[in-house]
Amino acid sequence: MSNVPADLRYTREHEWAKQEAGRVRVGITAFAQEQLGDVVFVELPKTGARVRAHQTFGVVESVKAVSDLFAPMSGEVVETNAELGQKPETVNQDPYGKGWMIVVTPADPKEWDQLLTAAQYEEFIAQAGR
Amino acid sequence: MDTSLKRTPLFTAHVEAGARMVPFGGWEMPVQYTGIVEEHRTVRAAAGCFDVSHMGEFEVEGPGALAALQRLTTNDVAALEIGQVQYSVLCHPHGGIVDDLTVYRLAAERFMITVNASNIAKDWAHVTTNGDAGARWRNVSDDTGLIAVQGPRAEALVGRLADLDVTRLGYYRFAAGKVAGAGALISRTGYTGEDGFELYVAAPDTLRLWKALLEAGRAEHVAPIGLGARDTLRLEMRYALYGNDIDDTTNPLEAGLGWVVKPAKGDFIGREAIERVRAAGPARRLVGLEMTERAVPRHGYPVLKDGTATGVVTSGSYGPSVDRYIAMAYVATPHAALGTELAVEIRGQARAARVVKTPFHPSRVKKG
Repeated sequence: MSNVPADLRYTREHEWAKQEAGRVRVGITAFAQEQLGDVVFVELPKTGARVRAHQTFGVVESVKAVSDLFAPMSGEVVETNAELGQKPETVNQDPYGKGWMIVVTPADPKEWDQLLTAAQYEEFIAQAGR
Repeated sequence: MDTSLKRTPLFTAHVEAGARMVPFGGWEMPVQYTGIVEEHRTVRAAAGCFDVSHMGEFEVEGPGALAALQRLTTNDVAALEIGQVQYSVLCHPHGGIVDDLTVYRLAAERFMITVNASNIAKDWAHVTTNGDAGARWRNVSDDTGLIAVQGPRAEALVGRLADLDVTRLGYYRFAAGKVAGAGALISRTGYTGEDGFELYVAAPDTLRLWKALLEAGRAEHVAPIGLGARDTLRLEMRYALYGNDIDDTTNPLEAGLGWVVKPAKGDFIGREAIERVRAAGPARRLVGLEMTERAVPRHGYPVLKDGTATGVVTSGSYGPSVDRYIAMAYVATPHAALGTELAVEIRGQARAARVVKTPFHPSRVKKG
């Protein structure tokens, strides 16, 4: 079973979100990177861009597939992980750490409560794996 | 599980090894075991074993066998010695490619051809409809297992298990022998750009041979390799994949396969149409592209010159050995010269690319 850290929240599109002093860091889950296989390209928005909850904010590509990235929350992008441009494989190696993708200043903090908890996400991927 | 998909004799072995199984050309095949990039590197650095039993094999025999193949294929089969293999294509009368294949001369009047898995039914109809009198065709696809062993350690590995000296076998040569006790046609061919072999065995022997190869190669990091790495390996060599880079609508000249078209040998299906293309010059050419801006080119993406469409990507990926994003693409002939600056349209954005020399990665197949 995939690693699902208890302190994060999750989307049904397999992104994770982490609260950091009023901002939210975003990446894709261990389950997502396992399903994708080797990540060879990541396309992220520029800082200052606005993202909307449930809307795409970028693309992650494995050797075989192109997958959209979905924003867990609406807001302004204040940081992006530039290192993924040169080392996209970091997403496979450390999806919850160095493989993070963007940091957002949430426009509506209440959106946090609509995200899946770790327990809900674990149940969700257990069903998806069936 | 989709029960309409066919399975090779190694299906259970793949599942037990933890392979991810996917539909491919009507077959349920392993796309990867541990990861495409790792498997790709294993083949370039050590050796890998590929289950390619899904491919089709037809035998043709009789006094008319040579004439039938001369009429069906574009290359000169008469030039083929017993024990030699030839790459070739089957064409339609309009010059489009029915399939690409390898032709084996087993005896003076006996040949085997190996065709793509997804084309077995189409090819069988084509060869039996157009085959000459005096040629008996036999579809032995279901009776035949095929394992490719590819990589710098392939010669040592197959050599240890074979009852003949495989070091004497030249590129595109084959011999009958035993490998790990199984009767095999040992062919020094492949689809990776590395030295290696393709081992044809009776279907019931396939699993035993597969296990013997992996067991004997374990200490040297020989591993099973899925179709995902097979695709990135062949792309780095600019080897065409039927259905991606060549198909019923592409002719051999624009695909860069003019070297297997031998009009001097006499008539063959498609000759007239292909000679018309040769006289006029192909309107487009299959070229190698390297992205000069970071982005992944993929099958079907438009190719642009100064913002205007000039072609289409037929295969594209990250190339693990060249560490670049590379592609094969049909491009209008005026824009096909080496060094031409083009772009690939990716999600609505023009991303810079350049026509480059191929293969993208140097070939290390056995010389001579």
